Amino acid sequence: MTKMLLGTILGGVLGILDGLSAIVSAPETVPQIIGIVIGSTIKGLIAGVLIGYFARRVNSLPLGIVLGLAVGFVLALLVCLMQRFGGEHVYWWQVMLPGSLVGLIVGYATQRYGLISHGRQKGL
Amino acid sequence: MSERRGAVPALSDPVLDRLRGALAAPELPERYVLGQPLGRGGMATVWRAHDLLLDREVAFKVLDLPEGEDDLAERLLREARVLAQLEHPGIVPVHDVGTLSAGRVFYAMKLVQGRRLDDVVRDGASLPERLRLFLRACEPVAFAHARGVLHRDLKPENVMTGPFGEVLVLDWGLAKKLDDREPAKAVCGSGTDITGHTGHEMRLGTPAYMPPEQREAGIVDERSDVYALGGVLHYLLHGAAPGECSVHLAKPVARRLASIVNRARALKPEARYATVSALAADVERFLAGSPVLAHPESLAERGLRLLSRHKVVVVLLLVYVLVRLALLLIAGR
Repeated sequence: MTKMLLGTILGGVLGILDGLSAIVSAPETVPQIIGIVIGSTIKGLIAGVLIGYFARRVNSLPLGIVLGLAVGFVLALLVCLMQRFGGEHVYWWQVMLPGSLVGLIVGYATQRYGLISHGRQKGL
Repeated sequence: MSERRGAVPALSDPVLDRLRGALAAPELPERYVLGQPLGRGGMATVWRAHDLLLDREVAFKVLDLPEGEDDLAERLLREARVLAQLEHPGIVPVHDVGTLSAGRVFYAMKLVQGRRLDDVVRDGASLPERLRLFLRACEPVAFAHARGVLHRDLKPENVMTGPFGEVLVLDWGLAKKLDDREPAKAVCGSGTDITGHTGHEMRLGTPAYMPPEQREAGIVDERSDVYALGGVLHYLLHGAAPGECSVHLAKPVARRLASIVNRARALKPEARYATVSALAADVERFLAGSPVLAHPESLAERGLRLLSRHKVVVVLLLVYVLVRLALLLIAGR
Protein backbone atom coordinates (compact mmCIF):
# COMPACT_ATOMS: atom_id res chain seq x y z
CA MET A 1 0.00 0.00 0.00
CA THR A 2 1.40 3.42 -0.87
CA LYS A 3 2.24 5.87 1.91
CA MET A 4 -0.46 8.29 0.83
CA LEU A 5 -3.20 5.62 0.79
CA LEU A 6 -2.01 4.02 4.04
CA GLY A 7 -1.88 7.39 5.81
CA THR A 8 -5.41 8.27 4.63
CA ILE A 9 -6.94 4.90 5.57
CA LEU A 10 -5.14 4.73 8.93
CA GLY A 11 -6.03 8.33 9.76
CA GLY A 12 -9.68 7.68 8.90
CA VAL A 13 -9.95 4.42 10.87
CA LEU A 14 -8.17 5.79 13.94
CA GLY A 15 -10.33 8.94 13.67
CA ILE A 16 -13.51 6.81 13.82
CA LEU A 17 -12.20 4.86 16.83
CA ASP A 18 -11.03 8.07 18.50
CA GLY A 19 -14.48 9.59 18.04
CA LEU A 20 -16.24 6.47 19.32
CA SER A 21 -14.08 6.46 22.44
CA ALA A 22 -16.01 9.56 23.57
CA ILE A 23 -18.85 7.18 24.51
CA VAL A 24 -16.65 5.91 27.33
CA SER A 25 -14.57 8.98 28.15
CA ALA A 26 -17.43 11.53 28.03
CA PRO A 27 -20.84 9.74 28.23
CA GLU A 28 -22.69 13.05 28.38
CA THR A 29 -21.72 13.56 24.71
CA VAL A 30 -23.53 10.40 23.55
CA PRO A 31 -26.48 12.36 22.02
CA GLN A 32 -23.98 14.14 19.74
CA ILE A 33 -21.88 11.03 19.04
CA ILE A 34 -22.62 10.91 15.29
CA GLY A 35 -21.39 14.48 14.86
CA ILE A 36 -18.37 13.71 17.01
CA VAL A 37 -17.49 10.60 14.99
CA ILE A 38 -17.92 12.43 11.67
CA GLY A 39 -15.78 15.33 12.90
CA SER A 40 -13.15 12.98 14.30
CA THR A 41 -13.09 10.98 11.05
CA ILE A 42 -12.63 14.13 8.95
CA LYS A 43 -9.88 15.22 11.35
CA GLY A 44 -8.21 11.78 10.98
CA LEU A 45 -8.53 11.87 7.19
CA ILE A 46 -6.99 15.34 6.96
CA ALA A 47 -4.15 14.24 9.27
CA GLY A 48 -3.68 11.03 7.24
CA VAL A 49 -3.56 12.88 3.91
CA LEU A 50 -1.06 15.45 5.23
CA ILE A 51 1.13 12.80 6.87
CA GLY A 52 0.90 10.52 3.82
CA TYR A 53 1.80 13.36 1.47
CA PHE A 54 4.80 14.27 3.63
CA ALA A 55 5.86 10.61 3.88
CA ARG A 56 5.73 10.34 0.09
CA ARG A 57 8.13 13.24 -0.26
CA VAL A 58 10.39 12.66 2.77
CA ASN A 59 11.48 9.12 3.52
CA SER A 60 12.45 9.50 7.18
CA LEU A 61 10.99 7.66 10.18
CA PRO A 62 11.96 10.27 12.83
CA LEU A 63 10.65 13.16 10.70
CA GLY A 64 7.48 11.22 9.98
CA ILE A 65 6.90 10.69 13.70
CA VAL A 66 7.55 14.37 14.51
CA LEU A 67 5.26 15.59 11.72
CA GLY A 68 2.54 13.09 12.70
CA LEU A 69 2.66 14.32 16.30
CA ALA A 70 2.59 17.96 15.17
CA VAL A 71 -0.32 17.46 12.75
CA GLY A 72 -2.28 15.51 15.37
CA PHE A 73 -1.61 18.21 17.95
CA VAL A 74 -2.55 21.13 15.69
CA LEU A 75 -5.78 19.51 14.44
CA ALA A 76 -6.82 18.57 18.00
CA LEU A 77 -6.05 22.13 19.08
CA LEU A 78 -8.26 23.48 16.29
CA VAL A 79 -11.11 21.20 17.45
CA CYS A 80 -10.71 22.50 21.01
CA LEU A 81 -10.64 26.12 19.81
CA MET A 82 -13.78 25.54 17.72
CA GLN A 83 -15.49 24.09 20.81
CA ARG A 84 -14.38 27.10 22.82
CA PHE A 85 -15.51 29.69 20.29
CA GLY A 86 -18.77 27.78 19.89
CA GLY A 87 -19.39 28.24 23.58
CA GLU A 88 -19.23 24.48 24.27
CA HIS A 89 -17.42 22.81 27.17
CA VAL A 90 -13.84 22.20 26.06
CA TYR A 91 -12.32 18.76 26.76
CA TRP A 92 -8.69 19.89 26.36
CA TRP A 93 -6.88 16.79 27.63
CA GLN A 94 -9.46 14.32 26.29
CA VAL A 95 -9.04 15.75 22.78
CA MET A 96 -5.46 17.02 22.66
CA LEU A 97 -3.61 14.06 24.15
CA PRO A 98 -5.28 11.19 22.24
CA GLY A 99 -5.43 13.32 19.06
CA SER A 100 -1.68 13.94 19.18
CA LEU A 101 -1.05 10.24 19.87
CA VAL A 102 -3.17 9.22 16.88
CA GLY A 103 -1.09 11.58 14.70
CA LEU A 104 2.09 10.02 16.06
CA ILE A 105 0.85 6.49 15.35
CA VAL A 106 -0.19 7.43 11.79
CA GLY A 107 3.17 9.16 11.26
CA TYR A 108 5.11 6.11 12.42
CA ALA A 109 3.00 3.52 10.60
CA THR A 110 2.97 5.47 7.32
CA GLN A 111 6.75 5.71 7.19
CA ARG A 112 7.31 2.17 8.50
CA TYR A 113 4.79 0.22 6.44
CA GLY A 114 3.89 2.45 3.49
CA LEU A 115 5.48 1.76 0.13
CA ILE A 116 6.93 4.42 -2.10
CA SER A 117 4.77 4.54 -5.24
CA HIS A 118 6.28 3.01 -8.40
CA GLY A 119 6.62 6.36 -10.17
CA ARG A 120 8.47 7.85 -7.19
CA GLN A 121 10.87 4.89 -6.99
CA LYS A 122 11.89 5.44 -10.57
CA GLY A 123 12.29 9.14 -9.94
CA LEU A 124 9.44 9.95 -12.31
CA MET B 1 73.15 -43.82 10.43
CA SER B 2 70.94 -42.93 13.33
CA GLU B 3 73.89 -41.17 15.01
CA ARG B 4 74.54 -39.11 11.87
CA ARG B 5 70.87 -38.22 11.70
CA GLY B 6 70.95 -37.27 15.36
CA ALA B 7 73.92 -34.99 14.72
CA VAL B 8 71.97 -32.82 12.31
CA PRO B 9 71.05 -29.66 14.19
CA ALA B 10 67.32 -29.40 14.68
CA LEU B 11 65.71 -26.56 12.73
CA SER B 12 62.85 -24.70 14.23
CA ASP B 13 59.47 -24.71 12.44
CA PRO B 14 59.68 -21.06 11.31
CA VAL B 15 63.13 -21.67 9.79
CA LEU B 16 61.89 -24.82 8.03
CA ASP B 17 58.86 -22.93 6.76
CA ARG B 18 61.08 -20.16 5.39
CA LEU B 19 63.32 -22.70 3.65
CA ARG B 20 60.32 -24.48 2.15
CA GLY B 21 58.94 -21.15 1.02
CA ALA B 22 62.22 -20.16 -0.64
CA LEU B 23 62.36 -23.48 -2.49
CA ALA B 24 58.75 -23.28 -3.57
CA ALA B 25 58.82 -19.60 -4.61
CA PRO B 26 57.86 -19.54 -8.29
CA GLU B 27 59.63 -17.55 -10.97
CA LEU B 28 56.87 -15.39 -12.32
CA PRO B 29 56.74 -13.88 -15.83
CA GLU B 30 58.65 -10.57 -16.12
CA ARG B 31 55.45 -8.59 -15.92
CA TYR B 32 54.94 -9.61 -12.28
CA VAL B 33 56.94 -9.11 -9.07
CA LEU B 34 56.45 -11.87 -6.52
CA GLY B 35 55.30 -10.91 -3.03
CA GLN B 36 54.47 -12.87 0.09
CA PRO B 37 52.62 -16.20 0.10
CA LEU B 38 48.98 -15.67 1.07
CA GLY B 39 47.87 -19.22 1.65
CA ARG B 40 48.58 -22.80 0.81
CA GLY B 41 46.12 -25.41 -0.38
CA GLY B 42 46.42 -29.09 -1.12
CA MET B 43 47.93 -28.65 -4.56
CA ALA B 44 48.82 -25.00 -4.98
CA THR B 45 50.01 -21.91 -3.17
CA VAL B 46 48.52 -18.46 -3.54
CA TRP B 47 51.08 -15.63 -3.71
CA ARG B 48 50.69 -11.91 -3.66
CA ALA B 49 52.27 -10.26 -6.72
CA HIS B 50 52.48 -6.87 -8.35
CA ASP B 51 51.47 -6.48 -11.98
CA LEU B 52 54.02 -3.96 -13.36
CA LEU B 53 52.13 -3.45 -16.61
CA LEU B 54 48.83 -2.45 -15.05
CA ASP B 55 50.36 -1.28 -11.75
CA ARG B 56 48.11 -3.29 -9.50
CA GLU B 57 48.29 -5.99 -6.87
CA VAL B 58 47.15 -9.45 -7.95
CA ALA B 59 46.97 -12.91 -6.46
CA PHE B 60 48.85 -15.74 -8.13
CA LYS B 61 47.78 -19.32 -7.68
CA VAL B 62 50.72 -21.53 -8.61
CA LEU B 63 50.79 -25.31 -8.68
CA ASP B 64 53.23 -26.60 -6.04
CA LEU B 65 54.67 -29.32 -8.25
CA PRO B 66 56.16 -28.97 -11.73
CA GLU B 67 55.19 -30.83 -14.89
CA GLY B 68 54.48 -34.54 -14.69
CA GLU B 69 51.57 -33.93 -12.38
CA ASP B 70 49.16 -33.65 -15.32
CA ASP B 71 46.10 -34.37 -13.23
CA LEU B 72 46.85 -31.47 -10.87
CA ALA B 73 47.81 -29.14 -13.71
CA GLU B 74 44.56 -29.98 -15.47
CA ARG B 75 42.62 -29.35 -12.27
CA LEU B 76 44.18 -25.92 -11.82
CA LEU B 77 43.55 -25.03 -15.46
CA ARG B 78 39.97 -26.24 -15.14
CA GLU B 79 39.53 -24.07 -12.05
CA ALA B 80 40.84 -21.06 -13.99
CA ARG B 81 38.51 -21.82 -16.90
CA VAL B 82 35.51 -22.18 -14.61
CA LEU B 83 36.32 -18.90 -12.89
CA ALA B 84 36.77 -17.18 -16.24
CA GLN B 85 33.33 -18.33 -17.34
CA LEU B 86 31.64 -17.18 -14.15
CA GLU B 87 31.61 -13.41 -14.44
CA HIS B 88 29.88 -12.25 -11.27
CA PRO B 89 30.73 -9.59 -8.64
CA GLY B 90 30.80 -12.38 -6.05
CA ILE B 91 33.33 -14.49 -7.92
CA VAL B 92 37.02 -13.57 -8.23
CA PRO B 93 37.91 -12.64 -11.84
CA VAL B 94 40.85 -14.34 -13.54
CA HIS B 95 43.38 -12.01 -15.21
CA ASP B 96 45.93 -14.38 -16.68
CA VAL B 97 46.76 -18.08 -16.99
CA GLY B 98 49.78 -20.03 -18.17
CA THR B 99 52.74 -22.22 -17.32
CA LEU B 100 55.88 -20.92 -15.63
CA SER B 101 59.39 -21.70 -16.89
CA ALA B 102 59.69 -24.51 -14.34
CA GLY B 103 56.58 -26.11 -15.79
CA ARG B 104 54.32 -25.06 -12.95
CA VAL B 105 50.82 -24.08 -14.03
CA PHE B 106 49.50 -20.79 -12.64
CA TYR B 107 46.69 -18.33 -12.94
CA ALA B 108 46.56 -14.70 -11.81
CA MET B 109 43.39 -13.30 -10.31
CA LYS B 110 42.10 -10.26 -8.50
CA LEU B 111 43.67 -9.85 -5.07
CA VAL B 112 40.85 -10.06 -2.56
CA GLN B 113 41.50 -8.23 0.68
CA GLY B 114 39.13 -8.51 3.57
CA ARG B 115 38.02 -10.93 6.22
CA ARG B 116 36.95 -14.53 5.91
CA LEU B 117 33.42 -15.33 7.02
CA ASP B 118 34.66 -17.34 10.01
CA ASP B 119 36.68 -14.29 11.16
CA VAL B 120 33.59 -12.08 10.82
CA VAL B 121 31.71 -14.47 13.13
CA ARG B 122 34.62 -14.56 15.57
CA ASP B 123 34.67 -10.74 15.64
CA GLY B 124 31.09 -10.80 16.92
CA ALA B 125 29.02 -9.54 13.98
CA SER B 126 25.31 -9.27 14.79
CA LEU B 127 22.92 -12.02 13.69
CA PRO B 128 21.16 -9.92 10.98
CA GLU B 129 24.58 -8.86 9.64
CA ARG B 130 25.71 -12.50 9.44
CA LEU B 131 22.51 -13.51 7.71
CA ARG B 132 22.84 -10.69 5.19
CA LEU B 133 26.40 -11.84 4.43
CA PHE B 134 25.06 -15.36 4.00
CA LEU B 135 22.51 -14.11 1.48
CA ARG B 136 25.25 -12.29 -0.42
CA ALA B 137 27.31 -15.50 -0.45
CA CYS B 138 24.35 -17.41 -1.88
CA GLU B 139 24.17 -15.11 -4.91
CA PRO B 140 27.36 -16.22 -6.71
CA VAL B 141 26.63 -19.86 -5.92
CA ALA B 142 23.12 -19.57 -7.40
CA PHE B 143 24.66 -17.77 -10.40
CA ALA B 144 27.19 -20.59 -10.85
CA HIS B 145 24.39 -23.17 -10.66
CA ALA B 146 22.51 -21.27 -13.35
CA ARG B 147 25.66 -21.62 -15.48
CA GLY B 148 25.81 -25.34 -14.69
CA VAL B 149 28.71 -25.20 -12.21
CA LEU B 150 28.80 -26.67 -8.69
CA HIS B 151 31.28 -25.35 -6.10
CA ARG B 152 31.51 -28.56 -4.00
CA ASP B 153 33.64 -27.05 -1.25
CA LEU B 154 31.57 -24.30 0.33
CA LYS B 155 32.61 -23.42 3.87
CA PRO B 156 33.08 -20.19 5.87
CA GLU B 157 36.81 -20.19 5.10
CA ASN B 158 36.00 -19.95 1.38
CA VAL B 159 33.85 -16.85 1.70
CA MET B 160 35.60 -13.47 1.86
CA THR B 161 33.97 -10.21 2.89
CA GLY B 162 35.48 -6.97 1.63
CA PRO B 163 35.74 -3.58 3.35
CA PHE B 164 32.93 -2.13 1.20
CA GLY B 165 30.44 -4.89 1.93
CA GLU B 166 31.36 -7.07 -1.04
CA VAL B 167 31.15 -10.83 -0.52
CA LEU B 168 33.17 -13.21 -2.68
CA VAL B 169 33.07 -16.98 -2.86
CA LEU B 170 36.61 -18.30 -3.29
CA ASP B 171 38.42 -21.56 -3.97
CA TRP B 172 36.62 -23.05 -6.93
CA GLY B 173 39.30 -25.75 -7.16
CA LEU B 174 36.73 -28.52 -6.76
CA ALA B 175 34.13 -26.90 -9.00
CA LYS B 176 32.37 -29.32 -11.30
CA LYS B 177 30.38 -28.66 -14.42
CA LEU B 178 27.00 -30.34 -14.22
CA ASP B 179 27.28 -31.61 -17.81
CA ASP B 180 30.63 -33.35 -17.05
CA ARG B 181 30.28 -37.08 -17.50
CA GLU B 182 33.25 -37.74 -15.20
CA PRO B 183 32.00 -38.81 -11.76
CA ALA B 184 33.33 -36.95 -8.75
CA LYS B 185 36.13 -38.79 -7.03
CA ALA B 186 35.44 -40.06 -3.56
CA VAL B 187 38.66 -41.21 -2.04
CA CYS B 188 39.72 -42.04 1.46
CA GLY B 189 41.69 -39.78 3.76
CA SER B 190 41.11 -36.68 5.75
CA GLY B 191 39.48 -33.86 3.87
CA THR B 192 41.62 -30.91 4.75
CA ASP B 193 45.20 -30.10 5.54
CA ILE B 194 46.29 -27.98 8.47
CA THR B 195 45.48 -24.76 6.62
CA GLY B 196 41.91 -25.87 6.24
CA HIS B 197 42.22 -26.31 2.50
CA THR B 198 40.99 -29.30 0.62
CA GLY B 199 43.81 -31.67 -0.14
CA HIS B 200 44.95 -33.43 -3.30
CA GLU B 201 44.03 -37.11 -3.61
CA MET B 202 41.87 -36.82 -0.58
CA ARG B 203 38.14 -36.90 -0.21
CA LEU B 204 36.96 -34.03 -2.39
CA GLY B 205 35.44 -31.49 -0.05
CA THR B 206 35.54 -30.68 3.63
CA PRO B 207 33.97 -33.35 5.86
CA ALA B 208 31.89 -31.09 8.09
CA TYR B 209 30.24 -29.43 5.09
CA MET B 210 30.17 -32.36 2.67
CA PRO B 211 26.80 -33.96 1.91
CA PRO B 212 26.48 -37.72 2.39
CA GLU B 213 25.95 -38.39 -1.33
CA GLN B 214 29.21 -36.58 -2.17
CA ARG B 215 31.07 -38.49 0.58
CA GLU B 216 29.68 -41.89 -0.27
CA ALA B 217 28.88 -42.08 -3.96
CA GLY B 218 30.42 -38.95 -5.41
CA ILE B 219 27.09 -38.09 -7.01
CA VAL B 220 26.40 -34.38 -6.71
CA ASP B 221 23.92 -31.78 -7.91
CA GLU B 222 22.78 -28.29 -6.82
CA ARG B 223 21.41 -29.73 -3.60
CA SER B 224 24.93 -30.78 -2.56
CA ASP B 225 25.90 -27.10 -2.46
CA VAL B 226 22.63 -26.41 -0.62
CA TYR B 227 23.77 -28.91 2.03
CA ALA B 228 27.17 -27.20 2.33
CA LEU B 229 25.50 -23.77 2.58
CA GLY B 230 23.34 -25.20 5.38
CA GLY B 231 26.62 -25.97 7.15
CA VAL B 232 27.83 -22.42 6.52
CA LEU B 233 24.56 -21.09 7.97
CA HIS B 234 25.07 -23.35 11.00
CA TYR B 235 28.52 -21.84 11.45
CA LEU B 236 27.13 -18.33 11.19
CA LEU B 237 24.51 -19.06 13.85
CA HIS B 238 26.62 -21.02 16.29
CA GLY B 239 30.21 -20.01 15.59
CA ALA B 240 31.13 -23.63 15.00
CA ALA B 241 30.97 -26.13 12.15
CA PRO B 242 28.14 -28.69 12.26
CA GLY B 243 28.94 -31.33 14.84
CA GLU B 244 31.16 -29.06 16.91
CA CYS B 245 30.12 -27.46 20.20
CA SER B 246 28.27 -24.22 19.74
CA VAL B 247 26.72 -21.08 21.16
CA HIS B 248 22.96 -21.29 21.77
CA LEU B 249 20.57 -18.70 20.38
CA ALA B 250 17.33 -17.40 21.88
CA LYS B 251 14.66 -20.11 21.56
CA PRO B 252 12.12 -18.71 19.06
CA VAL B 253 14.94 -17.46 16.81
CA ALA B 254 16.83 -20.72 17.16
CA ARG B 255 13.81 -22.86 16.30
CA ARG B 256 13.07 -21.16 12.98
CA LEU B 257 16.70 -20.80 11.93
CA ALA B 258 17.53 -24.34 13.06
CA SER B 259 14.65 -25.55 10.86
CA ILE B 260 16.20 -23.78 7.88
CA VAL B 261 19.60 -25.34 8.65
CA ASN B 262 18.04 -28.77 9.14
CA ARG B 263 16.14 -28.59 5.88
CA ALA B 264 19.24 -27.46 3.97
CA ARG B 265 21.25 -30.25 5.61
CA ALA B 266 18.69 -33.04 5.24
CA LEU B 267 20.40 -36.35 4.62
CA LYS B 268 18.27 -37.08 1.56
CA PRO B 269 18.76 -34.53 -1.23
CA GLU B 270 15.04 -34.57 -2.10
CA ALA B 271 14.21 -33.36 1.44
CA ARG B 272 16.44 -30.27 1.01
CA TYR B 273 15.67 -26.95 -0.63
CA ALA B 274 15.70 -27.64 -4.35
CA THR B 275 17.90 -24.64 -5.11
CA VAL B 276 20.21 -22.18 -3.39
CA SER B 277 17.74 -19.42 -4.26
CA ALA B 278 14.99 -21.26 -2.34
CA LEU B 279 17.29 -21.52 0.70
CA ALA B 280 18.17 -17.81 0.44
CA ALA B 281 14.49 -16.91 0.08
CA ASP B 282 13.69 -18.68 3.36
CA VAL B 283 16.50 -16.81 5.15
CA GLU B 284 15.17 -13.57 3.64
CA ARG B 285 11.71 -14.45 4.99
CA PHE B 286 13.23 -14.90 8.45
CA LEU B 287 14.99 -11.53 8.23
CA ALA B 288 11.74 -9.86 7.14
CA GLY B 289 9.90 -11.39 10.11
CA SER B 290 7.74 -13.54 7.83
CA PRO B 291 7.01 -17.25 8.40
CA VAL B 292 9.70 -19.53 6.99
CA LEU B 293 8.82 -22.52 4.80
CA ALA B 294 11.05 -24.86 6.81
CA HIS B 295 9.08 -24.34 10.03
CA PRO B 296 5.26 -24.57 10.12
CA GLU B 297 4.47 -22.38 13.13
CA SER B 298 1.80 -22.81 15.78
CA LEU B 299 -0.78 -20.10 16.50
CA ALA B 300 1.15 -18.98 19.61
CA GLU B 301 4.40 -18.79 17.65
CA ARG B 302 2.67 -16.81 14.94
CA GLY B 303 1.27 -14.38 17.50
CA LEU B 304 4.66 -13.93 19.16
CA ARG B 305 6.34 -13.40 15.80
CA LEU B 306 3.81 -10.77 14.75
CA LEU B 307 4.12 -9.04 18.13
CA SER B 308 7.89 -8.89 17.90
CA ARG B 309 7.71 -7.76 14.27
CA HIS B 310 5.30 -4.91 15.01
CA LYS B 311 6.30 -4.18 18.59
CA VAL B 312 6.54 -0.40 18.12
CA VAL B 313 2.99 -0.12 16.79
CA VAL B 314 1.75 -2.45 19.56
CA VAL B 315 3.51 -0.30 22.18
CA LEU B 316 2.08 2.92 20.66
CA LEU B 317 -1.46 1.51 20.66
CA LEU B 318 -0.99 0.35 24.26
CA VAL B 319 0.16 3.86 25.21
CA TYR B 320 -2.94 5.26 23.49
CA VAL B 321 -5.22 2.91 25.47
CA LEU B 322 -3.37 3.69 28.71
CA VAL B 323 -3.71 7.43 28.09
CA ARG B 324 -7.44 6.96 27.54
CA LEU B 325 -7.71 4.94 30.77
CA ALA B 326 -5.65 7.50 32.70
CA LEU B 327 -7.93 10.31 31.47
CA LEU B 328 -10.96 8.32 32.59
CA LEU B 329 -9.44 7.76 36.04
CA ILE B 330 -8.44 11.42 36.37
CA ALA B 331 -11.96 12.46 35.42
CA GLY B 332 -13.16 10.14 38.21
CA ARG B 333 -15.41 8.04 36.00
